[in-house]
Amino acid sequence: MNSTPIAPTLSDRFWRLANPKIFMGWSSKLLPWIAAAALASLCSGLIWGYFFTSDDMRQGSTVKIIYLHVPAALMAINGYLLMFVGALVWLIRRQHVSVLAAKAAAPVGMVMTLIALATGAIWGQPMWGTYWVWDPRLTSFLILFLFYVGYIALWAAIEDEDTAADLTSVLAIVGAVFAMLSRYAVLFWNQGLHQGTTVTMADGAKQENISDAFFQPLLLSMAGFGLLFLTLLLIGTRTEVRARRLKVLQARERIE
Amino acid sequence: MMPDLGKYALEVNSSYVLSLMALGVIAGLYVKRNRAVRRVLAELEAAQDA
Repeated sequence: MNSTPIAPTLSDRFWRLANPKIFMGWSSKLLPWIAAAALASLCSGLIWGYFFTSDDMRQGSTVKIIYLHVPAALMAINGYLLMFVGALVWLIRRQHVSVLAAKAAAPVGMVMTLIALATGAIWGQPMWGTYWVWDPRLTSFLILFLFYVGYIALWAAIEDEDTAADLTSVLAIVGAVFAMLSRYAVLFWNQGLHQGTTVTMADGAKQENISDAFFQPLLLSMAGFGLLFLTLLLIGTRTEVRARRLKVLQARERIE
Repeated sequence: MMPDLGKYALEVNSSYVLSLMALGVIAGLYVKRNRAVRRVLAELEAAQDA
């Protein structure tokens, strides 16, 4: 009796991308292009913003900090949400690459949060008269930073990889609440010093709180930070996939 | 060529220096670890194949 092979569905094809061997194949082809795009957009966005934009009427030259602060804050939140998705996929489907991607995203996300906090503090001093205030947006960002630190520490503390993946995934899911709070803190509580959302994208139209002169380099800088995050995420995930294989081979060698 | 940053030069420049340093350090660490793991894995695989 002849048996006809069942054609893989779109879903099957999608999940096959997370197979470690297939992931290593497509990511190695994609990585140089994403890295080049990241470098080009980050450099052009920051050079445009620093050298070729005018001062703001009220904030003076401190407005140039926006090209670092806003993209870093955006990636701090999105990085944690990416970890949340990776954690969910691991807990539901036991896909190793997804949890390794979450692990690789954490240090980059932590650095993005640190940049957002530091540039915010430096910007806050001349504008608000203080480096720090227990404002809802600032406080939720500090908690997000602590969640990043806790997530990285938990990975380092547990030797068994699968147990570490399980426990860190739970932490990533809990922390995602704070990532969302960081994003919407200014809408939930309006008693803080921090202004509302700088850039709002809605219905495909740009509803701006800032003029085009500031918006265009900001958009480029945001793309640069996003692509840099993606570049480091791919490099980090590839490293973790190899490190996992290395552990398996070393364990096999010890047994033999 | 350098823009006139006025009385906020320290704030603006320190933001750029600190941020670019942080991005450079994390990128450097990722690339360094990637190379180290790849090298050790290649050595082990070569030893096992031999």
